Amino acid sequence: MRRFDTILGPLVVLALLIGFAFVGDNYFLRLATFMLMYAVLALSWNFIGGMAGYPSFATAAFFGLGAYCGAILQKAGVPMFLSWAAAGLFTGVFAMLLGRAILHLKGHYFAIASLIVAEALREVVNTWTELTGGGMGLNLPVLQMDVTDQARFFFFAMLVVAASTFVLSAVVIRGKLGFGLSCIKQNEDAANILGVDATRYKVFAFVLSAVFVGPAGAIYAGWVNYIEPADAFDVLLSVKPIVMVILGGAGTLYGPVVGAFAFLILEEVVWRNVLTFHSGLLGLLIVLLVLFMPQGLIRVTARRLFRRTAAP
Amino acid sequence: MSALLELKGVSRSFGGVTAVHEVTTSVRQGEIVGLIGPNGAGKTTLVNLVTGVHRIDAGEIVFDGRRISGLKPHRISHLGVARTFQVVQPFPDMTVADNVAAGALFAGGGASVAAARDAAYEHLEFVGLGELADTLASALTLPDRKRLELAKSLAIKPKLLLLDEVNAGLNSREIDDALELIQAIADRGVTIILIEHVIKVVLNLSRRLLVLHHGELIADGPPDQVVKDPHVVEAYLGARFAARMRGEPA
Amino acid sequence: MLYLQILVNGLLLGGLYACIASGFSLVWGVLNVINILHGSFIVIGSYVGLLAHQQFGINPFLTVPVAGLLLYGFGYLLQRGVINRAVGQPVLVTLTLTFGLELLVNNMLIAGFTADYKKVVLENPFGQIELGALFVPVDRLLSMVLALLLTGILYWMLRGSKLGRAIVAVRMDREAAALMGVKVNSIYAVTFGLGALMAGAAGSMMSMIYPISPIISTAYLGKAFVICVMGGLGSVPGAIVGGLALGVIESFGSLFFSAELATTFSFVLLILLLIFRPTGLMGRRGYE
Repeated sequence: MRRFDTILGPLVVLALLIGFAFVGDNYFLRLATFMLMYAVLALSWNFIGGMAGYPSFATAAFFGLGAYCGAILQKAGVPMFLSWAAAGLFTGVFAMLLGRAILHLKGHYFAIASLIVAEALREVVNTWTELTGGGMGLNLPVLQMDVTDQARFFFFAMLVVAASTFVLSAVVIRGKLGFGLSCIKQNEDAANILGVDATRYKVFAFVLSAVFVGPAGAIYAGWVNYIEPADAFDVLLSVKPIVMVILGGAGTLYGPVVGAFAFLILEEVVWRNVLTFHSGLLGLLIVLLVLFMPQGLIRVTARRLFRRTAAP
Repeated sequence: MSALLELKGVSRSFGGVTAVHEVTTSVRQGEIVGLIGPNGAGKTTLVNLVTGVHRIDAGEIVFDGRRISGLKPHRISHLGVARTFQVVQPFPDMTVADNVAAGALFAGGGASVAAARDAAYEHLEFVGLGELADTLASALTLPDRKRLELAKSLAIKPKLLLLDEVNAGLNSREIDDALELIQAIADRGVTIILIEHVIKVVLNLSRRLLVLHHGELIADGPPDQVVKDPHVVEAYLGARFAARMRGEPA
Repeated sequence: MLYLQILVNGLLLGGLYACIASGFSLVWGVLNVINILHGSFIVIGSYVGLLAHQQFGINPFLTVPVAGLLLYGFGYLLQRGVINRAVGQPVLVTLTLTFGLELLVNNMLIAGFTADYKKVVLENPFGQIELGALFVPVDRLLSMVLALLLTGILYWMLRGSKLGRAIVAVRMDREAAALMGVKVNSIYAVTFGLGALMAGAAGSMMSMIYPISPIISTAYLGKAFVICVMGGLGSVPGAIVGGLALGVIESFGSLFFSAELATTFSFVLLILLLIFRPTGLMGRRGYE
């Protein structure tokens, strides 16, 4: 039973996704790629927000940095895969430095600091025209590939990132790091006294919340062929993952994935039916969700996950 | 016997208000020392200084032959200094066992989450919470939460244990149980500093008292001497408290 | 002399900023809620000014009370009906909730007024006062004075009136205030209403100075953040000092860098402040 939950279950989903890539048409491939991207963002945010309980609004900053890092490198002639990896490394290092600077803040102050970072980065990218193209945006090299092949290619690229994020989440949530983050979330002072190196753990969680978002941004840039600051650093990129995690269940392994899936479906239904009032309905959705479903779709707590692994 | 903990001229003030002023003392291996003083005397601040929660302004703190002032709290707990909080601080959404396992895992040298959990069950048996190991910490009664605090502290395998008003809020029967448990911990070779503002509690266990008043150490010695010390009577016990001591025990 | 002019320009703008931030700060301090909607409240205030001017030719100064009262009502009801359910919950919940509301309200504004920039152009401008080489536009001077006056009234109300004392009591200790018979939920709603009132009043005056569009709500919100962090949380004098400071900083920022970089500059300043001095320049803070 346990094996089904932790290994077999995800493998079945993976097999279904791979199979799907060869059956689905372009529309569904696009949706599925978005879903995987959302899953990356949600799983990533879960490290710092769900597990450590720090209300980070920095996802957009990581995404935008990754997108621009990948795009600029690719334009400079760096091979695509290498530029994606570099995007991950770059955002990871950025998150480490930023985390050291702002993770001593708590509550609203941390939230604001992380939120403002994305805004500031967007402004910087907006004005640094020689490197980033400024508000005009950047065009990426077009792949010499058939449209469906291209859709499939980016789907698989996103799948690799999503699967890696998931596997790492599973490892972290069951291990010492996840345990420590859970202590920090519930009582940071007590955690410190019990020997948890809270600063290091928090920085680690913050870096984890960035390293996969960067490549996801870079892949997204390649996928849509064009990025601009308002798009790549959109504050909604910070808010949506939070909503997905709350929707699915914070601090859990499957919650962010379930949340990403549910959110995408809701968004698509709204998107298709009421184009002009898209963000308003998204807002309404958020309000209803926060007021009426704060516990999320699945109420698997970290405690239950822990106990399951402890069972013989 | 050598000193396990040494404080040399330790001071700390907050925004111009002196909380602890040039405290110099030492605690030997195996002692049970009572640290008393009225509310606001600086007792908890002193605990916070020893455990690294607050930084010291001046002086030096040496533990087990090593300077610990300036180290971060988690480093100090790794060296074997444990504490309980005046207001109990469990991880509410974890089981009682996991609360204790946290201590075993991070500062108690636990090899894995599973090993830490095994160790946790032992500590819980010792403090008498074995049967409640799988309940949520938030569901415990106050006396049980105090026991949980003790079990958590034990899990880090402390050499020195600072107990900050573990008896506050307990009735006299519960206090007796708690004191028995503290004695049992001391019998394992753990050095204990018992912080209290009710003297009676300390008298049963400690053979040495430290008295803090307005952040200064005004007395240090055996209980019977300290209680008669004119400084203590004047500054701490005062007329009101002295009268209460002579009459009904609190 | 140029620098003096820049300084004066900054101070003139800073008065309005103080008005904006005092309401934001009040809500943050008392409810422990960061009201992401604050920027949209200001924008609504601006539209009140704009519409009154377009339809009836009324000067936006005269719509200040209308916009203020309208937003007071809106804020009061919104708090009572929606936000109150999340007060006291973790930061993430309150932030996400007001963010959702902001998306909703802002999208309504775009649907109603479009995202195009508009501006109130007075038929009879007030002209300007010349002090030697120094130019002081009268409309700006008036709006600064009125904004500071409103902020002063808020301060006086908090310090001197019974209602104000109740608000301060709730801020300091909710349980104790409740025990003393203060109706905490009403106080929350009134406080939120007052925060919206300050935004609406400032917005109405802003309609003569800033371009009006729903999409600038985030810019206002950013300013409110910066001022609050500079001046310290929940203090009206802090909001005044922070507001004037931001006005001057922006003013000099656009002189030395460029108008666009002035925003970036204040954001960077905010991050640095948070990193090195989270208690605000005046060293006060609301303890967590």
